[in-house]
Amino acid sequence: MATPIVSAVRTSRRPGPQPGAAPPATKVAFQGMGFSYGSRRALKDVNLEVPERRVTAIIGPSGCGKSTLIKSINRIAEIAADIKVDGQVKIDGEDVYAPGLDLVDLRRRVGMLFQKPNPFPKSIFENVAFGPRIHGLNDRAGLEGVVERSLRQAALWDEVRDRLSSSALDLSGGQQQRLCLARVLAVDPEVILMDEPCSALDPISTARIEELIDELRDRYTVVIVTHNMQQAARVSDRTAFLLNGELVEVGGTETIFTAPSDRRTEDYITGRFG
Amino acid sequence: MKRRVIETLALAGLRGITACVLLAILLMLGSIAVGGASTITWEFLASEPVEGMTAGGIFPAIFGTLCITLLMILMALPLGVCAAISMVEYAGQSRLARVIRASVNNLAGVPSIVFGLFGVGFFILFIGRSIDRVRGEGLLFGQPAMLWAAATLAVLVLPVIIVSTAEALNAVPRSHREAALALGATRWQTVSRVVLPQARAGILTGSILSISRGAGETAPILFTGCAYFLPRLPVVDLQIPFTSLSVPMVNPLDQFMELSYHIFIMATQSTDAAVTRPIQYGTTLVLVGLTFALNVGAIILRSRYRSRHGTP
Repeated sequence: MATPIVSAVRTSRRPGPQPGAAPPATKVAFQGMGFSYGSRRALKDVNLEVPERRVTAIIGPSGCGKSTLIKSINRIAEIAADIKVDGQVKIDGEDVYAPGLDLVDLRRRVGMLFQKPNPFPKSIFENVAFGPRIHGLNDRAGLEGVVERSLRQAALWDEVRDRLSSSALDLSGGQQQRLCLARVLAVDPEVILMDEPCSALDPISTARIEELIDELRDRYTVVIVTHNMQQAARVSDRTAFLLNGELVEVGGTETIFTAPSDRRTEDYITGRFG
Repeated sequence: MKRRVIETLALAGLRGITACVLLAILLMLGSIAVGGASTITWEFLASEPVEGMTAGGIFPAIFGTLCITLLMILMALPLGVCAAISMVEYAGQSRLARVIRASVNNLAGVPSIVFGLFGVGFFILFIGRSIDRVRGEGLLFGQPAMLWAAATLAVLVLPVIIVSTAEALNAVPRSHREAALALGATRWQTVSRVVLPQARAGILTGSILSISRGAGETAPILFTGCAYFLPRLPVVDLQIPFTSLSVPMVNPLDQFMELSYHIFIMATQSTDAAVTRPIQYGTTLVLVGLTFALNVGAIILRSRYRSRHGTP
């Protein structure tokens, strides 16, 4: 194996594709997908398959369409702008832009962690209970169970178990982001989208989020957008490189960071631009 | 050196202007307070005008003002808040939405007398007379009444309520809406569980301020329902069905006396304006006190919400 260009590539990935094991099923598939905000074209002819229960990183310079790409999966890109989509985005083979699609169900199945922690100005408990509540869970014991399970999954339970009723805004930035993750986990999603989830966090908080991502890969399909090459190398199984709205290259993370096949990918990850 | 002189002069100028404004307000409020304080007695507040309105109290006017303000709130607040929610949360950026937004903003600047004439034309002559025609039992709705005066005032404060509510809604960060929607909340769940709880304080304070403005208006009610003098309160005994009991109820189809209009007629239409001067002062003081109380209420409400939620 060639020397990694980015030294952070872990050579011993935990679940690791076993030799001879069946390749993971495709969870999310972009097929000839194009995306425009009004007349501005953000994505062109993207063909990308996101494997189930793996972490897929999307890298690329600012404005290349990374965020748009993941926000098109849960259709959150369209809430503040007029958009146009061609081609298809499929989850389990089902086009999410098909007419008559149940948006509520789609967004329950596809959770999202945003760039800046955005807890509601409510108590810690109510933040996590928000999702289950809107989906119809109302009995106290059931909610308490979900809240505890989700906070434990987000490695926040021990820090907040004694103050579930205090405001979420009193937490530190890193804690807030883990709370947001717990809030997503509480609705039991299948896919978790992360839009530069650590860009507003300090290194220690970032490390904790990365540990969590590592644990999530057993049960969830994770798609993470990141500016941080080391982060992509550390946490992901597959990496896709996006440039000017076009998918340049996608492959196993080790391959992308050690032997990219496209010149532009190599230039980007070695820091020649971007 | 020169810069420091300019600085000193500018500061002195600004201080002077501020002092002038404060002085004007103090003079106005002071003269009202001094002139009205001796008039305000329990008797003045709780009794009717007598002797051709040159003596007695102003209770019917206070009663009328409170009734009409309450009725106006009942009409304008739900309508205005709902309109703002649909404008901010649902309408988006279409051409029609932009036109509506601009119209609402412009409506807030229309002189109040125009609203008064609109009230006569639309509520009394169009709606009221139409109801009467359908009923076929003579004139009841098609004449000036508290109902129409309150409706006219409601239309007057409506754009102000919409604009202040829209501001409060827009102050809620978009990231909170995104978070809720991304969890699978519907638009309405997002509005009712995330946006409104945060915007409530702003909506309430804005609404109270606009209502206090409406409560002191004269022009819109001039032709739509207020009376020069009424020997009785606009109250009717309502029979409870199947019993022999009856309860007094405000009759929204009656005319009413109102504080600001009372001041106006006392000062300009009275047989002897000099004799009624203490009554004018007293009535003005009551009206100012009423609107002042509403404003103070708004301030208290806002600070209470602020301290509870950290940010406004």
